[in-house]
Amino acid sequence: MLSDWGAVFIFFAVAVVFGAGGIITAFLIAPRRTTAQKQTTYECGVDTIGPTWVQFRTSYFMYALLFVIFDVETIYLYPWAVKFQSLGLFAFIEMIIFLFILIVGLWYAWKEGALEWM
Amino acid sequence: MVENIFVSIAAWLRGLLGGLGVPDLWNDVILMVVKLLAILVFILVNALWLVYMERKVAGYIQSRLGPIHVGPKGLLQTAADIGKLLGKEIILPKNIDLVVFLLMPVLIFVPPLVIFAVIPFGKDMVAVDMNIGVFYLIAVASLSTIIFWAAGWSSNNKYSLVGGMRSVAQMVSYELPLVLALLGVIMITGTLNMNEIVNAQKNVWFIFTQPIAFLVYFIAGVSETNRTPFDLVEGESEIIAGPYTEYAGMGFAMFFLAEYANVMIVSAMCTIMFLGGWLAPFGLDFVPSWLWFFLKMYLMIFIFMWIRWTYPRIRVDQLMAFGWKVLVPLSLANIFVTGAGMYIFRAIGW
Repeated sequence: MLSDWGAVFIFFAVAVVFGAGGIITAFLIAPRRTTAQKQTTYECGVDTIGPTWVQFRTSYFMYALLFVIFDVETIYLYPWAVKFQSLGLFAFIEMIIFLFILIVGLWYAWKEGALEWM
Repeated sequence: MVENIFVSIAAWLRGLLGGLGVPDLWNDVILMVVKLLAILVFILVNALWLVYMERKVAGYIQSRLGPIHVGPKGLLQTAADIGKLLGKEIILPKNIDLVVFLLMPVLIFVPPLVIFAVIPFGKDMVAVDMNIGVFYLIAVASLSTIIFWAAGWSSNNKYSLVGGMRSVAQMVSYELPLVLALLGVIMITGTLNMNEIVNAQKNVWFIFTQPIAFLVYFIAGVSETNRTPFDLVEGESEIIAGPYTEYAGMGFAMFFLAEYANVMIVSAMCTIMFLGGWLAPFGLDFVPSWLWFFLKMYLMIFIFMWIRWTYPRIRVDQLMAFGWKVLVPLSLANIFVTGAGMYIFRAIGW
């Protein structure tokens, strides 16, 4: 028997082959006449100024940090949601406590201005 | 007969291979490859059609005709476009990170195709009937964020970098309400298997019992696929297609294909989780289940297009504020109300 993950691996392998095939085909049949002008970075016709790989503004980082915290919490919510019906009152109270923690976290991030786009 | 046509073909093929003395494992592998190729063809044909449909819908919304010249009513326009893109030179700018730059268009199509493995297209029509289907889908779908970001970063272009950064911020922010919105449905069904979720909607679709979750999922879905009004990642008029700025020819085509595959996935998920999947409404089961799935999916896709060509793009701070301050609290409240409602209903024995 082919396991679920074996099947998923087949999908993964074929997807990579498909993507690589597309790009390689294009390389084989498309013309390649490179000129110095063609190779410049496209910024609307103006020469690019300064390096691109620089330190970036931190507000993006704040969202990523918040996301990691919330996403981990969400992962815990999934098994709980599946078993919700069979656990009864216990699960219900558990949910109130857990959501309360989540909401306090969101409220704190909000209060500290982590949700503002600066 | 028509209802079971695809299931019958699979069973016939399995019998044929078994009769030839192919061992069970290889029989499974061959059958899986056949299913995979069918799904791949499904995605490619639909992507071709969707590009055409998008341009036609946009045309009619803006009081013009859209493509009309290539083929009857312009039907061959996208096929011609693919031919053109395949024959176009792949330009490799000087300053790029070559390996990452070339790897990203190869990998961009992996998450959508791998996700399609668990989508039930009809009764008994799912390639991999995974017991944690929804969870798997969410996990794989979030991988495309990395690919967008890496594509933007490796281009060594300011527009691309801003686009890549925006894609991380936006997709990450809207993934949260998306994931939380699905929780309401999971609580009611108590399963992560897509077929069981569809079957649980026999009596009433979840769009009626979980309207808020549907709305949140729908909005977050528009955002996850980077479509207007949330297309800040691409923003043609401000950051020149964002992460794709430096991609030409086939590299660009792969991103485009993945985008339409993602649109199909979000619509299919709306259908499965909230619109009853392949179940026939009002007992109209003389229409085969896979056709129902297809029609519902196209209804959702049409609504996506309608929204795209009706609303203007919103600002980046509005986007973030809306995601974190409206959608996340709303989806948390939905979980709470669903839980409380279910508990009360059970307590009064309803």
